[in-house]
Amino acid sequence: MFGRIASIVVKEFIQLWRDKWGRFRLIVPPLVQLLLFGYAATFEVYHVSTAVLDLDHTQESRALIDRFTASNRFDIVRRAQTQDEVDGMIDRSDAAVALVIHAGFANLLRKGQAAPLQVLVDGTNSNTALIALGYVNTIAGEFAQDYVTDLAQRTQGIRGLQQAQLQVRLEQRPWFNPDFNGRWFFVPGVIATITLVMVVNLTAFAVVREREVGTLEQIMVSPIRPAEFILGKTVPYFVVGMGLAGLVSIAGILWFEVPFVGNPLVFIFGTMLYLLSLLALGLLISTVCSTQQQAFATNFFVLNPLFILSGFSFPIVSMPRVLQWFTYVNPLRYFLIVIRGTFLKGIGLAILWPELLALATIATVLLTFSILRFRKSLE
Amino acid sequence: MRVRRIQAIAVKELLQIWRDPRSLMIALLMPFTQMFLLGYGVTLDLKHIPVCTFDREASQDSQALLKHFQASVYFEITRNVRSYPELVDAIDRSACKLAIVVPPDFSQRLNDSGSSSVQAILDATDDNTANIALGYALAVVTSYSSEVVLDAVSRQGRPLQQIVPMTVQSRVWFNEDLESRNFIIPGVVAVIMALVGAQLTSLTISREWERGTMELLISTPVKPGELMIGKLAPYLAIGWIDAAFCLILAALWFQVPFRGTIFTLFVTTTLFLVVVLGIGYLLSVLIRSQVGASQIALLVTMLPTTLLSGYVFPIDQMPKLVQGITYLVYARYYVTIVKSIFLKGSGIPALMTPIVFLLVYAVVVMVLAARAFRKRLD
Repeated sequence: MFGRIASIVVKEFIQLWRDKWGRFRLIVPPLVQLLLFGYAATFEVYHVSTAVLDLDHTQESRALIDRFTASNRFDIVRRAQTQDEVDGMIDRSDAAVALVIHAGFANLLRKGQAAPLQVLVDGTNSNTALIALGYVNTIAGEFAQDYVTDLAQRTQGIRGLQQAQLQVRLEQRPWFNPDFNGRWFFVPGVIATITLVMVVNLTAFAVVREREVGTLEQIMVSPIRPAEFILGKTVPYFVVGMGLAGLVSIAGILWFEVPFVGNPLVFIFGTMLYLLSLLALGLLISTVCSTQQQAFATNFFVLNPLFILSGFSFPIVSMPRVLQWFTYVNPLRYFLIVIRGTFLKGIGLAILWPELLALATIATVLLTFSILRFRKSLE
Repeated sequence: MRVRRIQAIAVKELLQIWRDPRSLMIALLMPFTQMFLLGYGVTLDLKHIPVCTFDREASQDSQALLKHFQASVYFEITRNVRSYPELVDAIDRSACKLAIVVPPDFSQRLNDSGSSSVQAILDATDDNTANIALGYALAVVTSYSSEVVLDAVSRQGRPLQQIVPMTVQSRVWFNEDLESRNFIIPGVVAVIMALVGAQLTSLTISREWERGTMELLISTPVKPGELMIGKLAPYLAIGWIDAAFCLILAALWFQVPFRGTIFTLFVTTTLFLVVVLGIGYLLSVLIRSQVGASQIALLVTMLPTTLLSGYVFPIDQMPKLVQGITYLVYARYYVTIVKSIFLKGSGIPALMTPIVFLLVYAVVVMVLAARAFRKRLD
């Protein structure tokens, strides 16, 4: 039995490593993708292009605008002269945010009568708009607070200061990622996704190719059993997948300086289970399809939803219930929790066991299915 | 160029598509199902963020503050913990994204010194969610704070004037409710079309090689340019149907406001389809094995179009070098176009830049594909 499996394994390895182009396709694209996507995937908002229209021309209005200039969140691209100019800039997407200070701003401010700062936001990218608005509110709030404190101190001394400060503050304690660094969140996700695409795509063709090229008949006349054949197909891709996952993980840690605070053994164990479920998925696609064209289309069909409905970038809690149920059969969903948990949170088996169990279950069920399918297609 | 020869190739290709109903079904059903899966799955709106509270004071004031959190639609208090280890555990398990800790001397300090603070512990692994949650939490605490101030001031009978020195009046254009669905769905259409298009044509030539029908094709008088046009025409028709499906779903089912004209949409969509189908065809000419062609097609389409086209991740926030690379991602132009037509109602003059880029792309791809195809067997 082992001899038969071993010969399939050797055959697959030879097929994978034989040509230079194939080896290139195995190693270079994942690394390039990691670099590109590690930099591209971020929701952080810096240097928002901002237009300013100051119709007040007072010390106060300038002080307020200076606060925006000083923060690295906003880049003032133009100081407009008229409202039309500002509107046009937003229309043409030359500016994403416009700050408008009307005449009489300083007057109202001195009287304490809710001096308005008008903000125009291009909402076409709602996430950026939301975050930018948050920063506008923070900066304006700080300005107002400082202004009141200053005024109270000048007019009423210490007692006034105390009165003005009567307030409740919120102290923020962001754990696991104190600087809200988007890369720390996305790089582990990119590692998991690249592994998904590469491994499923490789294995999806493993059986179909034999069928289309006609070598499956040769295998059918050999004494090998379906389970042995599937196992023999799995082992080489498992080894390749481990190498791939290890390569991109190490590159991610070294290049993007994402911390790894957890237990490496838990991470490796999780990766093994994840790979098994991916291999099983690929093999299932491979046994279901009769041509490579179909395998390819099915790949597209399956991979994109797995990627989008995993929590990679879109929070699962915000999805409709039905789609949330769907995510429970998605191996990427579980592995994202494992990889982010081990990289950033440093949590171990005590907390991650349900995810690992789920991965193991998915792998077992899919593998059983593909062996049964394969046996049926042989008859 | 002979129209008759183009026609012959197109008819042959159509018959081939027609006689493989399984592949045709995939080509027509895929955009449909993907639209539903992605349209509902892709959302960045945050509501009901799970919160756990740790009230170490349990006074009237602290409970009043926590009530504010309960009343907000953005938060859902899922658990009240009684000890610090319990809180750590809840965050570790991701049972809550945010923990509000009220210190034991909260109301005492508020009464004595006039200022007090509560702690917001965030699970910042997902920095974007954490950042937005922090913004909402800040708004809740600020509204509570101003209530406390107003309360104190009115008890002392002092004028309310100096309390509100400034307000921010914000107006959001084009997507007034800041619904993430409105900006993401047009992008989803673009991404699906980029994927489907490449998938349709990327195996057309390599299939002829692997099945051995290439020799027949070469022995006919057809010229490379004619072959290309004849092969692409039927897929353009399928592409139109797919695009119509997606766009109609976006406008009618997902109710993304449609402010542009159908004419602009039709012209730009056709241009984009020509580019996408051309790329698939080029790959298919260059790589003779189906596995190889599919691997490269998957590589250059799926992740790049989702991550580098700007449909969720804003391009202007990427490093300069990566921004430069996004110019190669053709889906980028179509994402801009569809978003602008839907949300801003832009016409062709306003979209000149992306349209010119797509035109250049189309010409380059067509010329490359026509030249790469050689009528030789070696």
